[in-house]
Amino acid sequence: MAILKRDLALAYRQRAELMQPMLFFILVISLFPLAVGPEPKTLQLIGPGVIWVAAILSSLLGLERLFRDDFQDGSLEQLMLSTTSLPAAALVKVLAHWLTSILPLILLSPLLALFLHLSEPMYWALLKTLLLGTPLLSLIGAIAVGLTVGLNRGGVLLALLLLPVFIPLLIFATSAVEAAAMQLQYTAQLAIIGAMFLFSLALAPFAIAYALRVSQT
Amino acid sequence: MILFVATLLRFLLHYFAALLIRTLIEKTRIRLPVLSVANLSVVKRDRLLFENLNFAVEQGGLLYVKGQNGAGKTSLLRVLAGLVDADSGDVYFTTQNIQDCREDYHQSLVYFGHKLGINQTLSALENLQYWCRQHQVTISVDTIFSTLAELNLVGLEDIPVANLSAGQQRRVALARFWFKQDAKLWILDEPFTALDTQGIDLLSNQITQFLKGAGAVVMTSHQALRLDYPTDELTLEYRI
Repeated sequence: MAILKRDLALAYRQRAELMQPMLFFILVISLFPLAVGPEPKTLQLIGPGVIWVAAILSSLLGLERLFRDDFQDGSLEQLMLSTTSLPAAALVKVLAHWLTSILPLILLSPLLALFLHLSEPMYWALLKTLLLGTPLLSLIGAIAVGLTVGLNRGGVLLALLLLPVFIPLLIFATSAVEAAAMQLQYTAQLAIIGAMFLFSLALAPFAIAYALRVSQT
Repeated sequence: MILFVATLLRFLLHYFAALLIRTLIEKTRIRLPVLSVANLSVVKRDRLLFENLNFAVEQGGLLYVKGQNGAGKTSLLRVLAGLVDADSGDVYFTTQNIQDCREDYHQSLVYFGHKLGINQTLSALENLQYWCRQHQVTISVDTIFSTLAELNLVGLEDIPVANLSAGQQRRVALARFWFKQDAKLWILDEPFTALDTQGIDLLSNQITQFLKGAGAVVMTSHQALRLDYPTDELTLEYRI
């Protein structure tokens, strides 16, 4: 609890740094109507994919913040030497990170859906996949951050490690939105994303804790 | 009735036995080992830092680890603290392997490493409050203020730590040694770096106080120790 409060306070003080992925998200998405042309049909076709790819890329940009500062200034060492359980602490840190750097993206998404001419059912499907899928991004991403935090400048390595892992999520998420565009049921896709989310919620904290311990050597 | 008398007698016997043992310990000053190490070896980047190290630090004992740069002092202290696992050998806290009693061990330990564990964006007060909550130390804000005052940081309690000088930042981190009352072991890695003479005296005093209260200390330093206290020395050789 104290960790959540501290991380939120820290995020508020470093809000300029937090704004960068958000602006990146908006800019990338607004480039597409300019580059592809304002044809509603084309935009609708690529829209969900574009929003998801942009969300993944911008979440990667902010991901390193998760443990970098704590690792460098030694707060992480002190956390490991306290009685607080490391997996629980890691989960809380991921939650704080999701609240501060991913939730704003989701809140911005209606505006961006408008840019890309998404219809209303498509938007709702997109919102649901984002709400279920982005916590997965944070959880899995945190494992990779835990592993690369000891290497300085692990930024590109992080992207190379994580992007292939996110492919299934991307496929199911965009196929859900496509189904919604054709007025079809998309509960199956949502259920699969939900299952992946729950699976990682149960196991990722331990993996993150282990990765962080490994990084101490 | 007989049963009652028997239990009473048994109780009295236990009580006196406990009393006897306690007075014996106090009188003869049997000092129990707080930290002991058996056959410890650490390899780092294909270089053997030390092998088959054996030593024990008792209550009220001060172990001063010496050695050249790169001899493995910091690595040793990190293994002792349980941050890193040794390549072979075991570290025991009282009688238990630290792998098996991580929580108890860390509850009784204060570790001060090269990295201060102080967030630059937060103020000294926030940093210390957070640390205390994390380590389950209950302490009032007034105590934090008075300790910071003792450390000569009056008026700097609530500005971001990034605005303080290197020595002042270290003082903020060192305040931990004033807070954790139930600690049994302190591990300090180069605590005197960047401190002025007055700061060194303050910390040396605090360490001596802790040792006199039956605490155990393991520390490294490149400065000569100015402690008025019997010191055990352990010298690590630089190996190629």
